[in-house]
Formats: sequence, C-alpha cells, structure tokens
Amino acid sequence: MSDFTSDFWNWYIIVLTLASVGYCAWLLWKMSKAKVQPGQPAAGGAGGKAVELMGHTWDGDLAEYNNPLPAWWMWLFWITIVFGLAYVALFPGLGKFPGLLGWTSASAYTAEAAEMDAKTKPLYDKYLAMDLKAVAADPQARAMGERLFLNYCAQCHGSDARGSRGFPNLTDADWLYGGDPETIRESITNGRMGVMPALGASLGEEKVKNAAAYVRSLSGLPSDGLKAQLGKEVFMGICAACHGPEGKGTQALGAPNLTDKIWLYDSSEATIMQGINKGRNVGLDADHKPMPPRKDSLGAGKIQVLAAYVWGLSNKPAAK
Amino acid sequence: MSTASVATFNYKVVRQFAIMTVVWGIVGMLVGVIIAAELLWPDLVLWDGLQWLSYGRLRPLHTNAVIFAFGGCALFSTSYYVVQRTCQVRLFGDALASFTFWGWQAVIVLAAVTLPLGYTSGKEYAELEWPIDILITLVWVSYAVVFLGTVVKRKTPHIYVANWFFAAFILTIAVLHLVNSAEIPVSLFPMKSYSAYAGVQDAMIQWWYGHNAVGFFLTAGFLGMMYYFVPKQAGRPVYSYRLSVVHFWALIFTYMWAGPHHLHYTALPDWTQSLGMLFSLILLAPSWGGMINGIMTLSGAWHKLRDDPILKFLIVSLSFYGMSTFEGPMMSIKTVNALSHYTDWTIGHVHSGALGWVAFISIGCMYYLIPRMFGKIEMWSVKLITLHFWIATIGVVLYIAAMWIAGVMQGLMWRSVNADGTLTYAFVEALKSTYPFYAIRLLGGVLFLTGMLIMAWNVIRTVAGAKAVEGPIPAVVPAHA
Repeated sequence: MSDFTSDFWNWYIIVLTLASVGYCAWLLWKMSKAKVQPGQPAAGGAGGKAVELMGHTWDGDLAEYNNPLPAWWMWLFWITIVFGLAYVALFPGLGKFPGLLGWTSASAYTAEAAEMDAKTKPLYDKYLAMDLKAVAADPQARAMGERLFLNYCAQCHGSDARGSRGFPNLTDADWLYGGDPETIRESITNGRMGVMPALGASLGEEKVKNAAAYVRSLSGLPSDGLKAQLGKEVFMGICAACHGPEGKGTQALGAPNLTDKIWLYDSSEATIMQGINKGRNVGLDADHKPMPPRKDSLGAGKIQVLAAYVWGLSNKPAAK
Repeated sequence: MSTASVATFNYKVVRQFAIMTVVWGIVGMLVGVIIAAELLWPDLVLWDGLQWLSYGRLRPLHTNAVIFAFGGCALFSTSYYVVQRTCQVRLFGDALASFTFWGWQAVIVLAAVTLPLGYTSGKEYAELEWPIDILITLVWVSYAVVFLGTVVKRKTPHIYVANWFFAAFILTIAVLHLVNSAEIPVSLFPMKSYSAYAGVQDAMIQWWYGHNAVGFFLTAGFLGMMYYFVPKQAGRPVYSYRLSVVHFWALIFTYMWAGPHHLHYTALPDWTQSLGMLFSLILLAPSWGGMINGIMTLSGAWHKLRDDPILKFLIVSLSFYGMSTFEGPMMSIKTVNALSHYTDWTIGHVHSGALGWVAFISIGCMYYLIPRMFGKIEMWSVKLITLHFWIATIGVVLYIAAMWIAGVMQGLMWRSVNADGTLTYAFVEALKSTYPFYAIRLLGGVLFLTGMLIMAWNVIRTVAGAKAVEGPIPAVVPAHA
C-alpha cells in the first residue's frame, strides 16, 4: 500500500490502534475488579440491596452510589473489544498489514462487477453483433435502453428526452452531429464538445447586431431588414465557414442548422448576440455543457443498446 | 452587584442563555420545517429574487441554528449553572462570561445572515466563513477560561462528574474547531476562504471534526447536563460512580477514532475505514454506560415518572440516546453502511439523536432551570409541559419512523439490479416513492415545532412580571466519613 510514506507511520498506526483497544480493555477490567473507594454504606440502596455511597455531596443533595458495573453491559463491552481485534486480524486496518482474508474494497468491487459482466455478456454480445436498427426494433433492448437512458442520460436530456436549454432535444429529427444510429453511437461513445468561437472583440457591436438580425431572418423571425442585409455580409464572410452559406449548418462540425425553428438556447436577439460575442465554449459560457464520453463508464454493449434506443425515439424502428 | 457578587451565583448569564435556548430552538426548528416543506413542494420559494430561501441556502442555516444556537445556548446555560452550583462558588470572570453570551449571539446572527447569502466554506457543520470562525475561537477560548476558572476556584474537594463531561466537551470542541477550520482567507466581501487541506485528507479531517461534533458537542456536553439534572429532578443519587468513570474515559477516548465511518467506500484507504468502523463498534458500550447511569438513577423512584413531565423529558431523552447510540455503531458496519449511506436513514438517525436526545434533554433542563432563574419553584403551567411532552414525542416518532422506512426503501431501490445488468429503478423513481414519507416527516416536524411554541408561551407566562434572581451560595456540606 502506498498510503504510508515511511515504515514509521505503519508502526505508528499499529501501535496506537492496539494500545487504544488495550486501554479500553484495561479500563474495563480495572473498574470491574477494583474497589474504587470505601464509602459510607447506604441505608437502603437500589432494589433493596445495600450499596455504598461515594461519600461526597455537591450542591446540597447530589451524591453518587457506587453500584458495580452491570454484568450484561460488561459483556457487551468485552464482545465489541474481541470483535474489533478479530476484525483487524481479518481485514485491513493495522497499518500495512493487509489482513488474513486479503480483502480490499477495490478487489471486492472488481470481482462483483466482473461477475455481473460475465452474467450479462451473452446478452450484450448478441446486440453488438446486430445492426443498430435491428436492436432498436427488439422490445427487450428497448426496455433496457429506456432504463439506461433514465439512469445515465435523463439528468441532462430529461426523462422524456426532450432536452432543455443547452441540452438537445433527442426526440425531434434535428441533429447537431447527425441522426443515423452509428453517429449517435459515436456521440455517446466519445462525447461531443462543440465550439462556437467568440467573435465579439473582432467584429465589434454593430456587426454582431447585424449578424444576429440576419440569423433571425434565416428562420423567418422578424428582424430589421436593413440590419439583416448588412449582417448577411458578415455571415457570408465568417459564419458561413461552419454554418454553411445557406445557414443550414455542418454536422461534421456540430454547427447547428440556423434555418429551422429549433434553438438550443433561444431565438431572442440578445441570446444570439451573446452566442456570437462570447462564443459557446466550455468554461467561458455557463450555459455550455459538453456531452461527456461514455466509452469507459458504460462500455460498448450498453452504448449499443442506448444508441439504438435514442435513434428509436425519433424513428420508427421496424424489424428487418 | 458589587457586594452581592461575593455571596451569590452568577445567574444572569445562565438566564440569558436559557431564554435564548427557547428562542433559537424555535428559529432553528422553523427553518427545518421550511426546508422539509421545500422537499415536498420544491417550487415553494424558488422564484427569482428569493434564492436565499432555497433549500441549499437554508439547510446549513437549519443545522447550525439547531446545533450551535439552540444546543449551544442550552449547553452554555446549563454548564454555567451546573459548574457554579457543584463547585459552590460564583462563576469565574463576570465580564468574560458576559462576552461569551454576546459573542455567541453575534456568531448566530452572522450565521443567519451569511448562510442565506450563500457564504459557506462548504464543510458540513462548519460552514461559517473565516471572520466568523475567528469570532467563534475568541468566544470558545473565553468559555474555556470561565468554565475551567470556576472549576479551579471550587470550594468542593472533588470535581462533580457532570463537570468532567462539560470540560471534555469544551476542550475538544476548541481543538476540533481550530484544526478543521484552518483555512486561507481570500476576501472579506464576499467572505471566502479555502481549506488548508486538500483531497481525501480534507475529507478525513472534516469527518474527524464532524463526528466529534456529534460526540462532544451533542453527546458529552449533554451527558454533562444529564448527570446534574436527572439526579436533581429524581431526588436520587447517581447510580454508579465507577460506571461513570469507565464510560467517561472510554467514551471521550473512542469517539476520536470514529470519523472515518462517514467515508466508507470512498477514496479513503481501506485500513482507515476499518479503524473507523472498529472504534465505532467499541463505542456502543461506553455510550450505553451514560444511558444506564441516567435511567438507573431513577430506580427506587420510578413512580415519579408518572406525574413529573420534566422527568419524562429527561428519561425519554435517555431512551432515544440509547437507541441512536445503538443505531450508530450498526450503521458504521460497512455492509450495513452500503445500504444506509446517502439515504434518508441517515437523516432519521441524526434526528432521533438531535430531537429525541439533544432537544428532549435540553427542554427538560430548561423547564427545571427557567423558573429557578426567576425565583419560582416551577413553570407557570405543568400541564402545558405534559402537553409539550406528548406532542413532541409523537412528532419525533413520526419523523424518525418516516425517515427509517424511506431510507431503507431508497437503499434497496438504488441497489436493485435486473438480470440484464441495468438498474431496476431510475433515481427519480426512488424519489417519487419517498414523497409520502416527506409528508409524514413534515408533519412530525410541525408537531415538534408546535411543542416549542407551547413552551415559549409557558416561558412567557412564567417570566412575565417575575423578578430575575441571583441565587445565594450555600455553605459547603462537609464530606462524610
């Protein structure tokens, strides 16, 4: 174990632990054996037994009996002490000593996960060998996909998969990176991190305003005609590189289509201007959240089932 | 005052803290009721401009208010009362004692302002930011000086057992606060600092602090109360001196180790987790020692329980203490913890301790103390104490039963796995199933708060028109033999 920078700390823990347990045992043994102090015999003690009073009085009438320790309580104490010693003999606890069972939480987890993986492997192998569209048509896979979606995807995309501000709706036919099942699988496997560069500083406020007016006009939203006309120039010079000359976007880059009425943030002039000014980047923009890669956390089998389920949300899967 | 100070106890500071115990109890529990309602109706106060009333801001205010404002004032009040009476000498340092009162109230008010504003160091039960941490340190050191100064100048030959517990609580909290709140200040407006520790070490120090806050603030301190007020109210000697010796030394020694059980199955090394569990289990018997000593003190006087509601509060608090100190070691066992951790079971466990033990014994002690602070023998209405007792008892039982059921259910739902390797329930499904229990919990909380309001009324009627008194110091009774 790398928890100890030197052998000193190893022994420090061992000695301190055993001394502490030993101290509890000593205290209990001593107080159960030794007469504490001879005091005055009380006239009538608890339950009619004669018990000694300690012989001190505080605040008028506060006094103390010196009843012996209850036997059941003493045994309880002894049992926990013995259990404790047995526990650190079997399990890690005494410094570097790994315990007689060789148990570690990491290996226990790995073993449990491996057991479950082995049990479910045939099922996922079956789906991995199938075409994604065929998986989407499989009722059992769909039920599994739904449960996986609710546990791993719903936090951002919502229980109904309709998304929210900054998180795409997965039930419409609009896709940032493409909606064919293989592309969806790729999005889940390696994640997506779209980057809209910040252009405010280079363009200046006037041009940003004009560009925003033009972007609104692309989907038929009301906008100032003159500004939109001027904005078209900006758009063609800069924005079209990613969003395309017609503003229909480029899925290879994850650049959204600006001509449909679907907005990841919203369609107000202020929001569009914010996007142009500050860009949409992780860290620079609180609204912007990347899609995390799931390759390692879920594995290919679960991703296969999930991708098929997500594709099925906006497509009618039919058996081959 | 100048001539009387020779012959009387300092009741002023005891009285001030006693009254504020009731006030902060109501405030803290009201905030608790509000956040319980927010769990039931998440949109309750979430509209724009009211973010400082949202769950995340109010939750630390609730915990700080009930632990440090309500519990803290009860501890200050009773420890100052007990140490004077059992040392049979006036409290050391009148001015310093007065500073602890006003300083502590300032800490509470600052907490009530800064926590809703979102200023937090992010450490549970130690959320207050660095300027307030400094004030806490000043108040606490003064508290230690006043308390220990009184013990030093005592007229009695022996130190009474209650004072062992109070002293252990005061000294340990000082150490805990200084170590865990070590931080690097960044700015004053807004208050911001960073912990002096990083990563898993930070987590370990936080829970070393966190569990000992439970062990010393909420346990040792209140055991100090128990050792004075139970024998006093029962009119019986403490059951066993030697039991108090074993359980005191074993308790304060063993609690120190138990923190890692808050970090089972985390990045904390396995050996550390094991030691936390080991000492948590050993803690069971020392904890129960206090319960036995309290309850058995009543032997020969059981009939008094029937018509003395103060004794009811005290003895039932010990039963809850016994129950939660059994539950705690059980929950520290790794395999049990795998089910219970992160569920509402933990919330139930905490409240069986905080409401059933801490609040019950504080309430009982205040009913004993407050009339005496105003020259009266008992509260304005003993019937209202009985009513308070039953309402509070039903409230606690509803609260903890709801959280137990909800917690075990959540644990079972979260771990339930299908044959295909997927989780049977999504998180939101477990949440939905918890919903009715949140309603029962809210009802329990409302009942408990109602009890506190009844208490407030009873206190107002007791205090109204009464004259604040300073108790005369009786002559020391010479030891027998």
